[in-house]
Amino acid sequence: MTVHNIYIFDRYGTLLYYYEWNRLKQSGITREEEAKLMYGMLFSIKSFVNKISPLDTKDGFLCYKTSKYSLHFFETPSSIKFVLTTDVGAQNVRQFLQQIYSQIYVEYAVKNPVWQNNKPIKSELFKSKLDAFVKQSPIFVSKAN
Amino acid sequence: MSRQGTRLDTKNVNSELFTLTYGALVSQLMKDYTNVEDVNKQLERMGYNIGIRLIEDFLARTGSGRCYDFRDTADKIQMGFRIFLGVTPTITNWSSAGDEFSLQFESNPLTEFIELPDHCLNLKYANVLTGVLRGACEMVQMEVTSWFAQDQLKGDTVTELRVKFVKRLEDAIPAGED
Repeated sequence: MTVHNIYIFDRYGTLLYYYEWNRLKQSGITREEEAKLMYGMLFSIKSFVNKISPLDTKDGFLCYKTSKYSLHFFETPSSIKFVLTTDVGAQNVRQFLQQIYSQIYVEYAVKNPVWQNNKPIKSELFKSKLDAFVKQSPIFVSKAN
Repeated sequence: MSRQGTRLDTKNVNSELFTLTYGALVSQLMKDYTNVEDVNKQLERMGYNIGIRLIEDFLARTGSGRCYDFRDTADKIQMGFRIFLGVTPTITNWSSAGDEFSLQFESNPLTEFIELPDHCLNLKYANVLTGVLRGACEMVQMEVTSWFAQDQLKGDTVTELRVKFVKRLEDAIPAGED
């Protein structure tokens, strides 16, 4: 099992943070472009999923799966969007994203005095804590091992 | 932290330190701005900046989802006061439309040692709280306004913070999509 990459978006679609672990193939477009397309896709999926739902949705869109990877989506009530792509076998990723939010994002990004609302996260501490947190999780077992 | 044999209750000392720090902050603002209205405005702005961060901490701690209605919101605001200030205000005086309510405080930790001198009776001493509520609610797509309807510092029997729902804020649409 493995984790490919993570995107964190704010409510306006700004890419707050991006990091990749085992991503062997790049999309061939710039990071900004990719982030914009990613956000646009999520936005459309989210609104359409809610539209065609036979019942009122609570959480709405959670993830999609292809033959090669899964994309997991977690949105906080404050509209911070966490997107994690993993291999198809990963379990309990939603809970994992919730933990990234409460234990890493809130602790090391929001509580950092230099944090600014709606600005990309530059903190090295955040970066290393997130990296360590992802690497110690059962979802992340590098292909090399 | 505390040495053995210390008789000080750390929890209590911390809250007093907090109260006094806030007092020092307000009195410094009173020196920096001649106009009391400006001080009120600054306190509200500070509160706003606190609120937009505090909401994330609140969501992370409680894991709460979206509110179904404004009564739900009121309960969560009450919970927030309990978590962050250690006081539980009473929710009362709902307006008939259900878009306005009051939080009544029997005691307010911010104002514990305070007596307002005569020349600053217009000072909204705990105005930082109104800012916190505005900032926190704005982050969860709700615009609210709040104000002090009664204040113990001004001789009322209770402190009453009135909160009014203004409107829902919509999610931003990415550029180029409709």
